[in-house]
Amino acid sequence: MGGAGVTGTFVGMPTFPVAARRALGDAQLRHNLGQATATIRAKRQRLVEEVDAAVPTSAADPQGLGGWEALRRAGAAVKEAALRSLPEHLERLEAELVANGATVHWARDAAEACSVVAAVARAHGVREVVKVKSMVTQEIGLNEALEAEGVAAWETDLAELIVQLDEDLPSHILVPAIHRNRAEVREIFLRRMKEVGRAAPDGLGDEPAALAAAARSHLREKFLSARMAVSGANFAVAETGTLVVVESEGNGRMCLTLPEVLVSVVGIEKVVPTWEQLDPMLRLLPRSSTGERMNPYTSTWSGTAAGDGPGEVHVVLLDNGRTRALADEVGRQALRCIRCSACLNVCPVYERTGGHAYGSVYPGPIGAILNPLLNGVGHDDQVDSLPYASTLCGACFEVCPVRIDIPSVLVDQRAQVVDAHRGRRRSGEAVVMRLAAATLADEGRLGFAERFTGVGLRAARRGAGWPGLRRWTGARDLPRPPRESFRAWWRRTGGGTR
Amino acid sequence: MRVALLVTCLNDALRPGTGQAVVSLLRRLGVDVDFPLAQTCCGQPLVNTGYLDEAVPLVRSFVRTFESHDAVVVPSGSCAGSVRHQHALVARRAGDPGLATAVEEVSSRVHELSELLVDVLGVTDVGAYYPHTVTYHPTCHSLRMLGVGDRPRRLLEAVRGLRLVDLPAAEECCGFGGTFALKNADTSVAMGFDKVRHVRGTGAEVLVAGDTSCLTHLGGMLTRQRAGVRVAHLAQVLASTEGDVWGEPA
Repeated sequence: MGGAGVTGTFVGMPTFPVAARRALGDAQLRHNLGQATATIRAKRQRLVEEVDAAVPTSAADPQGLGGWEALRRAGAAVKEAALRSLPEHLERLEAELVANGATVHWARDAAEACSVVAAVARAHGVREVVKVKSMVTQEIGLNEALEAEGVAAWETDLAELIVQLDEDLPSHILVPAIHRNRAEVREIFLRRMKEVGRAAPDGLGDEPAALAAAARSHLREKFLSARMAVSGANFAVAETGTLVVVESEGNGRMCLTLPEVLVSVVGIEKVVPTWEQLDPMLRLLPRSSTGERMNPYTSTWSGTAAGDGPGEVHVVLLDNGRTRALADEVGRQALRCIRCSACLNVCPVYERTGGHAYGSVYPGPIGAILNPLLNGVGHDDQVDSLPYASTLCGACFEVCPVRIDIPSVLVDQRAQVVDAHRGRRRSGEAVVMRLAAATLADEGRLGFAERFTGVGLRAARRGAGWPGLRRWTGARDLPRPPRESFRAWWRRTGGGTR
Repeated sequence: MRVALLVTCLNDALRPGTGQAVVSLLRRLGVDVDFPLAQTCCGQPLVNTGYLDEAVPLVRSFVRTFESHDAVVVPSGSCAGSVRHQHALVARRAGDPGLATAVEEVSSRVHELSELLVDVLGVTDVGAYYPHTVTYHPTCHSLRMLGVGDRPRRLLEAVRGLRLVDLPAAEECCGFGGTFALKNADTSVAMGFDKVRHVRGTGAEVLVAGDTSCLTHLGGMLTRQRAGVRVAHLAQVLASTEGDVWGEPA
């Protein structure tokens, strides 16, 4: 599994606390994120309440869970069942795709997947491809791999375009440019569009309609000239060999229908066995991601169709750490994820640090578990820092449309991080934790230690103490020392009876 | 009725007044309170930092200490959550089916304070008097791990003299998060400042919550900012009467 790993793009990122510290100091970022996440949160919440109101306790919901909770359970059950019999469904998917005229490739890791896409580009002699917004091609670092082959990959999703033009990194799953406001977007368009294609019009304003029009005319040129497209897929329906892409802009459909050649990279966890099982997923996803009842465009294709759309269709089924995640008893539920980003929008940590601090294309609570699951822990401090990038407040679990218990996975992965470091040089933390465990192991030792609480606190409040103490006292006073511990009070007074 | 108090290590060492308030409150309601002296800590700081092996002896000791009690009360949503949701993890880690069974039995009898009052004792008006303007922060683990819902609110609304004002963005985490407060101090403080800003905006004199951990973090910020707002544990508010007001500054 040496080649597995989440994207070359973010390699060398600092650990979460270091990156977060930098992000927290960026006032514009804080403002942009606060506005954007609050807006999406409110939209989602209204739709959840609408679903609950539409389905009062009834035959459709015998347990009285409420419409939304019943829908979440249905979505989780679909993905869970699909994952339990993954090989069977993947083989069916492959057979149907091949029968429909598609070519299926299996890729163990990012390098294998990228080389498949590059080989197709080479075979057709294309120098540029247009891309449908996809997380998985970011995960495998496809754009960089194609660039190394002399092939330019153009992002066509508006937010991805902004990020690409600015040579920036995505900071959100659904809205990769969430960290930018419209004034910043205007500046990026004016500066960069002319260098890579049709220039932004002179006198471009920062109204959303004007920015969208500039992007539209820039992208039209790409759509009409590109002979090859690359996509991911939101779902893959095994029974008919159908890939599904949901989107808002219609740019994805341009890519899926106009070029002659289409290559789709699909994580193996995207499979759902039947169309019927797709139903709850298509109701959960738009409500959880964009806060809409239904996304504007849902494109489906099953291999090739004569005279309609790309005449050559490839599907790359990608592992890249997914079988490792599947083998993780607690963490495997993360493979249910449908990349909606509801957990990002509701996360108080993400709202303040933004996505870059997570050092991966998968930021936020889901990224904090997905990256360690796909990469393994114990060999990269950045990855090892991610399970700790949470207060375990549980807001993510509450909104997750497929009920991924992210806090429980985080705790399990913290244990995996600690276990991976057992037997190595002891960190200060490990020493403190073992000392705490020894002190807390019996009442005698704890009672003894508590006699020094007052002395310790008084010394610390005067400014003494170990350097790490400033992490607390930098912004917070220490509590005033009590006269005695509760235990001492109980012994002395018989629980206040004498 | 006889109830064992799990005071929590934080209250024991730093905020004994919380434990004393629980004792006073429950006695007033006719409950016989016992404090098993063998108790130490539920193990949550270790579990949540990833030190599961180290938590095993703590869970064993917890089970030994409380297995003979019919009901256990904890003035902490977080520690109650740890016992009810994490002790099973630790028992599995220990590979000890006997411990797993014991954990399941004991943890089902552990109640967070508002749960004990409302569900077990069946009271919402505990006869308290607290003549202050108060805002309430529902702590994450009480809200999302335990699902205490509006129990604390109902208890506070029944307190005479108390004026309860709504806290904006109340259900958002305060940023404490156990060792998160140290490992990710900058983010923790950014979250805490926003919570404190909302608290100050309410004009309340007292910030009330059911977890001493969150209150130590927020209280430390409030005093640092010279905010003129103090913190009190839910138990201290509910224990207060005309003749005996808890949670006043020492």
